[in-house]
Formats: sequence, structure tokens, C-alpha cells
Amino acid sequence: MAEEVVNAHAGGDEHSRRDFIHIAAGAAAVGGAALAAWPLIDQMSPAADTLALASIEFDLSKVTEGQQVVVKFRGKPLFVRYRTPKEIAEAKAADHADLKDPEPDSARVKAGHEQYLILIGSCTHLGCVPTFGAGEYGGWFCPCHGSQYDTSGRIRKGPAPKNLVVPDYTYLSATKVKVG
Amino acid sequence: MSDHESTYVPKTGIERWLDERLPIIRFGVDYATIPTPRNLNYWWTFGGILALCLVIQIVTGIVLAMHYTASADHAFDSVERIMRDVNWGWAIRYVHANGASMFFLAVYIHMARGLYYGSYKAPREMIWLLGCVIFLLMMMTAFMGYVLPWGQMSFHGAVVITNLLGAIPVVGPGILTWIQGGFAVDEPTLKRFFSLHYLLPFVIFGVVFLHLWALHQSSQNNPVGVLIPKERRKQDTLPFHPYFTVKDGFALVLFLMLFSVFVFFMPNALGHADNYIPANPLQTPPHIVPEWYLLPFYAMLRGIPDKFGGVVVMFASIGLLFALPWLDTSKVRSMRFRPAMRWFFIILLVVYFFLGWCGAHLPDEPVIPGVDGPDLFDGNLNSYLWLTRFLTAYYFGYFLVITPWMGLRETPLPVPEYVSSPVLSHDEKNG
Repeated sequence: MAEEVVNAHAGGDEHSRRDFIHIAAGAAAVGGAALAAWPLIDQMSPAADTLALASIEFDLSKVTEGQQVVVKFRGKPLFVRYRTPKEIAEAKAADHADLKDPEPDSARVKAGHEQYLILIGSCTHLGCVPTFGAGEYGGWFCPCHGSQYDTSGRIRKGPAPKNLVVPDYTYLSATKVKVG
Repeated sequence: MSDHESTYVPKTGIERWLDERLPIIRFGVDYATIPTPRNLNYWWTFGGILALCLVIQIVTGIVLAMHYTASADHAFDSVERIMRDVNWGWAIRYVHANGASMFFLAVYIHMARGLYYGSYKAPREMIWLLGCVIFLLMMMTAFMGYVLPWGQMSFHGAVVITNLLGAIPVVGPGILTWIQGGFAVDEPTLKRFFSLHYLLPFVIFGVVFLHLWALHQSSQNNPVGVLIPKERRKQDTLPFHPYFTVKDGFALVLFLMLFSVFVFFMPNALGHADNYIPANPLQTPPHIVPEWYLLPFYAMLRGIPDKFGGVVVMFASIGLLFALPWLDTSKVRSMRFRPAMRWFFIILLVVYFFLGWCGAHLPDEPVIPGVDGPDLFDGNLNSYLWLTRFLTAYYFGYFLVITPWMGLRETPLPVPEYVSSPVLSHDEKNG
């Protein structure tokens, strides 16, 4: 009996050296194809010159109170808003409101420069540019799908999930900032 | 019809010589004389119309690419140059731009015909699945083509649609940057979209070939929806040529007349004026809308209050089409014999139309002007937001509830045994 079983395996079911060669060759081919495909896939990622985006400097004295200036930063709009005392007060008062993405106003501006709100002007829903001063909360209103932001750039109503992004920036002097 | 016997007899010596080495004439002749159900109505002519649409788009597109510049600084100007300076450029571009709309008009009718007559059911699931793939490829191609003129709608449409991918949890932002080739829609995005917009129509061409292969393997459906057994082939089918080449040709002429009305008399009626403003990344147009043929999906996207949820619902609405052959429990193909289901289908068409209507309006706008309805959750009941939600619910309900349930519950009308039986019994009655 035992011999018969052994013979049956010898008939072709047993893992042979040929099977090993098939599997090894197949694995090498798949691995090689993946390696060859990677440059073709990764070429679509941002190129070195795209990544080497220069930071920009901005003179805040260009913005008048109650207005905003829009400049291009890394291909997207950058909002620089000079808030009125009333708008700052509204933003602070809403710190404890029922916020979708809770964040106090103080965390979104630099201490001592509360009047200047600097944001990436790209709706966190699908990237449209929100309209200045529109909407129920006096901040921004996105024309695409109706998201509304307050005077701190926080999401208050509509489909957007997050607050408008505050980029990294530092004050070089009282009226000059370096963004990025 | 796969076992359709070859009737080609090579007549000359050259034909015999070629037939032994490359039977390409045999293939063409056999294909042209393929047995076709004799009861096909005019809804069946849209396949041929779609083939012509694809050829028109490819031919005009290749020509336009000879003059177009895929660069953020020059794309808009190069399109204007095509319109003003290139010989016949205006005509070729208008045919290409309106051709996309005509293509979608024809494909929607073609799909509605498949839904009504049950062309997706066994043994034709592969035809339907490949058709769904073609539909997806068409939407991708059309979207990328719309970006190329680099007008305001092009640019911000590209921003919104690519950002859909950013809504995917965890990997979304990485995929978004990879697709855009940067941190915003810009030069690299335009260049890759042009490359892919040129490539995808040829991919569509390949899938169309598979679609037709599957069609001739599992035979064409027909308005009665019954299969034609081999022994009934003589009574119930006709050779494709000349009977259906002529019928398709007549429909094609009517379709080209409609096409010409748009191209020559109202070439911008289906477009948006904002796309004649060069792209400005710093300002979004006040009312951003996609092309008409994508409006129903756009409405569903906006109707869901959650960002990722909206994206899921939008893709699921197309995913349902892929699952349809297995969601339908009815053995009866044609809705001619399903009187109740027919009404649900007609409602589906109306719902789909009004979803597009909703997509063209702002969500907060009242549907009936001057009436202040009650508020429900995050919106007024008398708004396009809530109308969209009700319509979306019906759309999903049709596929997920009505289709499986009706197949089990309804009593269909008696289905004739053969394609020609209804005609013959009618003749008998009239003596």
C-alpha cells in the first residue's frame, strides 16, 4: 500500500524541482515588472522643482482694515485678512460654540497680531476658493457647495470637514511675514 | 450567433490566395451577414450611432492635438487660435466639443434601452459589464478633455474632481498629490490630463471590441427579450446587411441632423460662458457646474452632508450598474411583459433627469420660489438639497429594493415563445 501511494506521487503530484523553478521564475518576473513600473508610476509625483517651492514674503501694510488681500502661494490662493475689532470679538465669542473642527481663535493667529488672519484660501471640502465676507458668519462662503466659514476661518456650516488651513509663517518685522 | 456558419466563397485567385493566409475578407463578410433578430426597433440603432461618435471624437481630436498646446500659459490661447486662425478650426473644435455631448446623449439612450429590455440579464452579463467599463472610461475622458482649454470652469472643475480623491481616508491626500503632480492643480496636471485624454479613447476602442465580441458570443437581445433557438433562426433573424445597415444608417442620418443643429446653430448652448475666461487659481466662478451629462452624479455628491460619504454615494451610483445583472431576480427580460416594473422604470428616468436638474441649481435655492417650507436637519425642505436627497433615495431604491423585490413579487404577462409569435398570432386573429 505504502509503495502504491509513493508511486502515485511520483506520477506528478509531488512538488518537484521544476515547480520550484516555475515559482521562482514567476516571482522574479513579477518583482522585476513591479520594479520597472515604479519609475513610471512615481514620475507623476511632484517633481523636484515643484517641491522646491520658495517661501514668500508679504508686506502686511498692503491690507486695509476690514479687507483681505489674495496672493498666490504654492499654486493656491493665500488669504491675508486684516480683521476689524468686531470680527475678532465675534471669532473669540464663537470659541465655545458647537464647532465641527474645534479650535480657539488664539490658535489660528499669532499673539499680538490678532488682527491679521493668514489662511490657505482653499475650501477643505473640494478645494474651491471661498468668497470673502459672504455667508452667515461673516467669514467666507464657498460658492461650490455652500460651506460657510467664520471670521477665524473655522468651518461652521456646509459639507467641508475642516477649518481653513493656517500655513506656517513667521513675523520678520511688525508688518512683514514670511510664509512657508 | 457564434456558431454562425461562414457563407463567404472566394471568387478570384487573389481572394483564394489571401483567404488561405489571412482570412480577413471572410471575417468582414461573415460579420456583415451575422443573423440579427428581425424585430429590432429604432432603440437598437444607438450602438451604431455610438460607434460613429467614437470615430468622430478620435478623428477630430487627433486633428485638434496638432494645434493645441498643453501648457498652463498657452493652452487657453492655443484654443482661441484654433477658433480664430486655424483653417476650419472653429468647425473641428465645435464638432469635438458638441460631439462629447452627443456621445453621452446616445450612450444614455443606449443604456436606458438595455435597462428596459433587460439586455443585461443572462447570458449577456459580460456585454453589460464591458458597457459599464466603457461608460466609466467615457466619463474620465470627457472630464479630462473639458480641463484642456484651461478656462475658469476647466480649472475649477479639475480642482473639485481631483479633490474627490482627497476625501478617501488615510491614503486620500497622498493620492491627490500624486494625481495633481503638485500641491494644487497646475501645469503638471494639465500635461498629464492631455496625455491621458489622448490615450483613453483608444482604450475605449479596445473595450468596444470586447463589448462586440461578447455581443456576438451571447447573441443580440431583442424587444421581446426571448432567446432565438438555432432551429428558429431562419424565421426570426435577418442578415445584418442590408437590413440593419440600412435601418442604422437612417437613424444615423437623423442623429447627425440633431448633431448639426448644435454644431452650426447653437455651438455653445451646452457649454458654460465662464470657460471663455482664462483659468484664475485665485478666484472660483460664482456658480461652478460640470457638463450636463455629469450633473446627476454631481447632485448626488452634493446631497450628502459628509465629504467622504458624498464621494462614496456618487461612485456607488455607478457601481450599482455593475451589480445590476445579479440584483435583478426576474426571469423575464423585456419590460413589455412587466407592466408594474415598467412604471418604476419610467419613474427612474424622470428621477435621473431631475437629479441633473438639481445638479444645475445651488443646493440652498428653493424648488418652488416664494414658498418657505419647514426646515429639516441642515436644510429647508423646499430646497434643491432635499429634492436631491429624495431623488437619490429613489435611484438607489430602484436598484437595491424595487428590482430584486419586483422580480419575486410581480406577475408578468405571458411571454411569447418566439420572437415572431406576437406578429403571427396577430395575423391569425385578423384572418
